[in-house]
Amino acid sequence: MFRTVKELVEMAEKEKIQISEVMIRQEMDVKEKTRSEVFSEMERNLEVMEKAIEDALQGVQSVTGLTGGDAVLIQKYMQEKTPLSGNLLLDAVSKAMGTNEVNAAMGTICATPTAGSAGCVPGTLFAVKNQLNPTREQMIRYLFTSGAFGFVVANNAFISGAAGGCQAEVGSAGAMASAAIVEMAGGTPQQSAEAFAMTLKNMLGLVCDPVAGLVEVPCVKRNAAGSSLAIVSADMALAGVTSRIPCDEVIGAMYRIGKQMPSSLRETGEGGLADTPTGRLLKEKIFGMSM
Amino acid sequence: MKYNSVFDIIGPVMIGPSSSHTAGAARIGKAARNLLGKQPSWAKIYLYESFAKTYKGHGTDFALAGGLLGFETDDPRMSKALDIAKENQLEIEFIEDSSAVDHPNTARLIIGDKEESIELIGISIGGGKVEITELNGFELRLSGNHPAILIMHNDRFGAIASVTKILAKHEINIGHMEVNRKDVGKEALMVIEVDQNVEDGVLEELQSADHIIQISKLVS
Repeated sequence: MFRTVKELVEMAEKEKIQISEVMIRQEMDVKEKTRSEVFSEMERNLEVMEKAIEDALQGVQSVTGLTGGDAVLIQKYMQEKTPLSGNLLLDAVSKAMGTNEVNAAMGTICATPTAGSAGCVPGTLFAVKNQLNPTREQMIRYLFTSGAFGFVVANNAFISGAAGGCQAEVGSAGAMASAAIVEMAGGTPQQSAEAFAMTLKNMLGLVCDPVAGLVEVPCVKRNAAGSSLAIVSADMALAGVTSRIPCDEVIGAMYRIGKQMPSSLRETGEGGLADTPTGRLLKEKIFGMSM
Repeated sequence: MKYNSVFDIIGPVMIGPSSSHTAGAARIGKAARNLLGKQPSWAKIYLYESFAKTYKGHGTDFALAGGLLGFETDDPRMSKALDIAKENQLEIEFIEDSSAVDHPNTARLIIGDKEESIELIGISIGGGKVEITELNGFELRLSGNHPAILIMHNDRFGAIASVTKILAKHEINIGHMEVNRKDVGKEALMVIEVDQNVEDGVLEELQSADHIIQISKLVS
């Protein structure tokens, strides 16, 4: 079993296989399952992600009315105008936010690695898909590659906002997506690790400060940040840019930063944006109404 | 390692909005139901730290209720679980507790019916993964990675041997085992993690072994 990104990359290089293949083989081994069982379980997750994006692009609204409809707005803008940040990037942003709009509306999603950060991995997947034209198998592999990196983070640091802030959630999710994009685009295992490190580095210190304690504001838009950063870091890594601080040390830094965060900034809805005049007002309004 | 499967990271498929506060809470509720071995008619649920501060917004309350009703994390009835609990004569009381705890997402559940009750502590460690850290005052660490049998027994010689003998007879391999007791000769708890789910017939046999008080199982 791999414990670090270094071990993960070494296993892939030694066997001359992809990161996704290392993860698939480990899962088969640990759970004593066949390749097709493991693949079909992951395909079910892929189908849930696809459906959530479809629902989002029809337009959804949360019970509180705080979130919903932004994924549709962005798609419309893309059709009518030429986005400055490019169609692929904005498509990922729209689909990432859309997934989280469905989550906030209590729809069905697949946690990747958590529900609050569930947009980054599928949002990027269903955007880069249009350019890279992957097979269904490659799309499923994208999820195994994401999972392999998330697995290291979960076992060496944390993936929940309550434990480590948003850096642990959207930070991890965006970084996982970067690594998977690199593999799908034909990059090396080491380039996946570089992309992962560069995304997580830029998410360090991000606090979890949900308004009224709801997974809505700012969670939905943070998935936009996570997914766009994922694509940028993947491109940087594919261009040959490397992280000066190795991937595992970035994860270690994320862990120590999370440990130093006060509880008011770890999913208690007490600090940060939750504690702004508007944040407090929204909380009063929402819990004044019957939910 | 706390996480041992890729599906702990990519998954679970769930009803929103939070993997730790909704999906994890549902799994704690379901583990409690399984440990009681039936649907409870009442539940007192103490919530701590992040659970206590944000449970209404995250649907932690309906998710715990859903778990007690036996719902999976992706059950479409999840958000209506509080109403469904009422319809099914399950009375649930939520209490926000400001005591200090080790983990930010901690819940203490006391559940039961007219005949019996159990008390347990569950923590939601992220991404929908949970651990049961205490049962009836006994500390334990149940990861849910493997199926487990929990056996309350009297602290007497031969109790453990009689249990392992039955497991051996049915060719059930023990992956991890721990025994906890409160005092010499009093009640004790055996926690046995096994490789495959244990059939009810084996549990019945275990129930009639020497010095056994109560048996429950958790499926993985």
